[in-house]
Amino acid sequence: MPILQDALQAVMKKAIALAPDSFIPGGKPDPLIRHKHGLIGASVNRIDGPLKVSGQATFAAEFPMQNMVYAALKYSTIARGRIVDIDTSAAESALGVVLVMTYRNAPRLKPMPPFMSQPKAAGGDDVPIMQDDQIHWNGQPVALVLAGTQEEADHAQSLIRVTYEAGADGVTSLAKAKANGSEPGLFQGEPLKLEIKDAEAMLAAAPHKVDVRYTTPRHNHNPIELHAATLYWEGDRLRIHDTVQAVAHEAWTLAHVFDIPEEHVRVTSPYVGGGFGSKTLWQHQVLAAAASRLAGRPVRVMLSREGVFRIVGGRTITEQRVAIGAQEDGSFDALIHTGTVAMTPHNNMPEPFILPARSAYASKSFLLDVETVKMNMTANTFMRAPGEAVGTFGLECAIDELAHAMGMDPIELRLKNEPEKDPTTGLPFSQRGVDQAWKDGRERFGWDKRKAPGALRDGDWLVGMGCATGTYPYYRMPGGAARLTLSREGRATVGIAAHEMGMGTSTAQTQIAAERLGLPMEAITFNYADTDLPGIVLAGGSQQTAAIGAAVIAAHHKLVEELLKLAGNDSPLAGLKPDEVGGLDGGLCALEDESRCESYASILSRAQQDKVTVEAEAPMPLELQHWSMHSHSALFCEVRVNTVTGEVRVSRFLGSFDCGRIINAKTAASQFRGGIIMGLGLALMEESQFDERTGRIMNPSLAEYHVPVHLDVPEIDVMWTDEPDPHTPMGARGVGEIGITGVGAAVANAIFNATGKRVRDLPITLDRLL
Amino acid sequence: MTPFLYERATDAQTALALGSRDGARYLAGGTNLVDLMRETIERPEILVDVAGLFDQIEDTDEGSLRIGAGVKNTGLAADRRVRERFPMLSQAILAGASAQIRNVATVGGNLLQRTRCGYFYDDAARCNKREASAGCDAVEGFNRNHAILGASKACVATHPSDMAVALAALDAVVNIESQDGHRSIPLVDFHVLPGETPQIETVLRRGELIAGVTVAPNGIAARSRYRKVRDRASYAFALISVAAGLEMDGGVIKDVRIALGGVAHKPWRAIIAEAALKGGPPTRAAFEEAAEAELAAARGLRDNAFKIELARRVIVDTLSKLADQGVR
Repeated sequence: MPILQDALQAVMKKAIALAPDSFIPGGKPDPLIRHKHGLIGASVNRIDGPLKVSGQATFAAEFPMQNMVYAALKYSTIARGRIVDIDTSAAESALGVVLVMTYRNAPRLKPMPPFMSQPKAAGGDDVPIMQDDQIHWNGQPVALVLAGTQEEADHAQSLIRVTYEAGADGVTSLAKAKANGSEPGLFQGEPLKLEIKDAEAMLAAAPHKVDVRYTTPRHNHNPIELHAATLYWEGDRLRIHDTVQAVAHEAWTLAHVFDIPEEHVRVTSPYVGGGFGSKTLWQHQVLAAAASRLAGRPVRVMLSREGVFRIVGGRTITEQRVAIGAQEDGSFDALIHTGTVAMTPHNNMPEPFILPARSAYASKSFLLDVETVKMNMTANTFMRAPGEAVGTFGLECAIDELAHAMGMDPIELRLKNEPEKDPTTGLPFSQRGVDQAWKDGRERFGWDKRKAPGALRDGDWLVGMGCATGTYPYYRMPGGAARLTLSREGRATVGIAAHEMGMGTSTAQTQIAAERLGLPMEAITFNYADTDLPGIVLAGGSQQTAAIGAAVIAAHHKLVEELLKLAGNDSPLAGLKPDEVGGLDGGLCALEDESRCESYASILSRAQQDKVTVEAEAPMPLELQHWSMHSHSALFCEVRVNTVTGEVRVSRFLGSFDCGRIINAKTAASQFRGGIIMGLGLALMEESQFDERTGRIMNPSLAEYHVPVHLDVPEIDVMWTDEPDPHTPMGARGVGEIGITGVGAAVANAIFNATGKRVRDLPITLDRLL
Repeated sequence: MTPFLYERATDAQTALALGSRDGARYLAGGTNLVDLMRETIERPEILVDVAGLFDQIEDTDEGSLRIGAGVKNTGLAADRRVRERFPMLSQAILAGASAQIRNVATVGGNLLQRTRCGYFYDDAARCNKREASAGCDAVEGFNRNHAILGASKACVATHPSDMAVALAALDAVVNIESQDGHRSIPLVDFHVLPGETPQIETVLRRGELIAGVTVAPNGIAARSRYRKVRDRASYAFALISVAAGLEMDGGVIKDVRIALGGVAHKPWRAIIAEAALKGGPPTRAAFEEAAEAELAAARGLRDNAFKIELARRVIVDTLSKLADQGVR
């Protein structure tokens, strides 16, 4: 049965011209944008869905290997200091143990270059990996055991006795870290600091203002699939089955760590059970590979849930000040968003919470600043919409506070400050439809039924509505490249080292390739997440759709050129140039005369070729230098707050999105809903309990680290403008991270409307409402 | 997990013989014990599996219900007699854990489950339950879920059960078997306060096995409720829970039962509040006064002081609603 409904197939098709090879000014938009009745935008089921629900998708910890041993890690119990003694004798003599590795016998390894330090760096931090007696955070691996079964390895690990000496320079309290001084944050090579005019003075002079502080706690990553890898060595070649969202980066970084050529590391990651920014390179892959080399055996390492809390970084703590000065009509004179985040001496991830304030609203003056302080903790990292997820909490709550103080509708206040061009860079917007998203959303949600704070009661429950803007930028990172193979049977294979973490990438990209080539989805094979494939494509920054799209466009150009050459003078296509033809019904047709067609099979048969393979690199992402490119959402939340207990129940939620063209209605809706659910957790319950006395996380389990359960999640309605961005491949912008942004504020603002209580510290647990 | 010997007991006498040896522990559903073994917090040398023993719910000649220790949570909550005669017990069970856990967890195991204090669960922390006189890191640490009543300097942990709170309110009796015979202990005396020996959590002696609990008939079924307040809608331990029941005689409270969960090292029967209410009118003022009296001794820690106010509110609100409701 075809993946798509027959009805859609029946629609008259037209050949689609090749997409432009760049998206800079003067160029034309991707012709796929105008193609309204094909696969693009349809609600297509996931290609990998049946495999996953029937258990046939092989995840990283499920690859069987001959002679394989299992790894278990032992974690430090102090945050800073040194190992005085490590007694491994009992572990070494325990049943089934093959190897006990500590800093005393680990092979020499270079530290991982941390993310953003070099183009393909993927390390969470650059701490020496089991190379010396130094401890840098509470939970750092101090020993690794290999044994015949996981249970034997786990048991032997528990027999290792470590004696520590605490270091005087350890910092595990935020107050102490701040007392040690702060430094301006650097993100993507630029300081997280921006001043336009004298915002403090303009704030002081403004007739209306808010000036408030918000805090957000630490969060830990909890993808359902635990971090795991199965790996082995062949000579000095390393093969890893991993669960990762950056295969090329991982290979490069591991090659650096082990001092071997990059091409000697092969990483594949066919399925990832959730990533959210966490499925990168942490110590477990390095240690497992080092131990595999020492033991001469294949190794499987799978972190326990506690292990993920101990060594995989999460979102760091933020303290934010948001101050807004406004005129009588609500227009902003001053927008100030400053504050402090914690990171470590060994990474560079200053949670960039000011990013939304750079482009969301017009203001006559700006003061934006992220200061960083250093603590001994697991290196914090990217976590779904790093910066925006927590930055929109402060910014969008402050706007709600200002609207309330001014007696203005918070949507009207936002629309009043809708900028005509990027307020801090002056660039034009590539496409911006947040006003439409608000208009569509407020009607669908019934915003006009909102009452004054505390005015609506239903039995024991106070009921309120809140709203917030979400925003996330369009990214396309350099490095995209794709391989395209077309066979005489009319089958095409797209190969690119991108990733499928459950969000639907392989399905969406199959739709796109089918549409461009004029083939049914069934004729497309999308290969990905393999370092043998071209491309350096991070599944991050919600950039994959665009990054893959641009690379496939480039490869498609080459393919069509090649096909026209092969078609030669005996073809109905003779004399046509690549931009005069398009894919249709399993072949190429002239755009101006669709009777001039030849099938791929015919072209290749006549040329006596079984297949044609091309490879091309995506152009540099110059569109980002010419436009300010951002997605937005208008979020609406209804909450019920119990007057007796302070319990909060989210009863309705609507996300109205403006994210360019939507490629797959079904998988996009799932991304939006998933992001919103994660945002409900951020608003109401997620918090890593970081014990400031010891630097230890005290709730490293899903029983005590709360994320929403089904009962916490109401039916979530989503809608979108579907307004294409003319300056991106397919007219699309990413949909992976926008969903979580703004949700914390929408919930907090709804709680204020229900109760009249303003809670500025997340998570909003019931005690804060008693 | 530390290696252990596993033995299966097919009858009670065998179980008691196997279980009375040094280092032996009984295994029922394993939903808590096995978790703790994985964390190496529990390290039994011998596990005596008693699954399948005492798995009946029986009516007694005195009109009581005798619930076997091996009855699964799900089966108990669904039992028609329980739902009709002791609805708060069914409600309490269904408010706990997840459906999957309730399908294997047993009555006996539920009573013997251990605190979820994060410092008890982490052997990098100091805990007097795990190691005598080691100290307690929870007193000045994360103690949002911890005790406000009956705690000691040595231990501020709470008992995590929901079911046991309802059983405390219902005057349940715990039936205990040993090689020396059997004895019965009121549930409210089965668990103990921490004092200086928080490692001792119940009056159970070595080798003793819980055979079940007996619940006698009462007059509160029509006006009773288990109310649980927690940080998310499901699968979280109680910040505060209240098992409450009223029996009215005209305008006077004839019988009242109040037990609190999430407040102490044991299910907390609110005897002070009950005494204040019995024989009096069911007014909101009376409920407030009774709750204040019960909570007069409550003490908050760094993170859990809110529980005192929360407990007061939930007690008053629950009793008020029970008083106001029509009798079914």
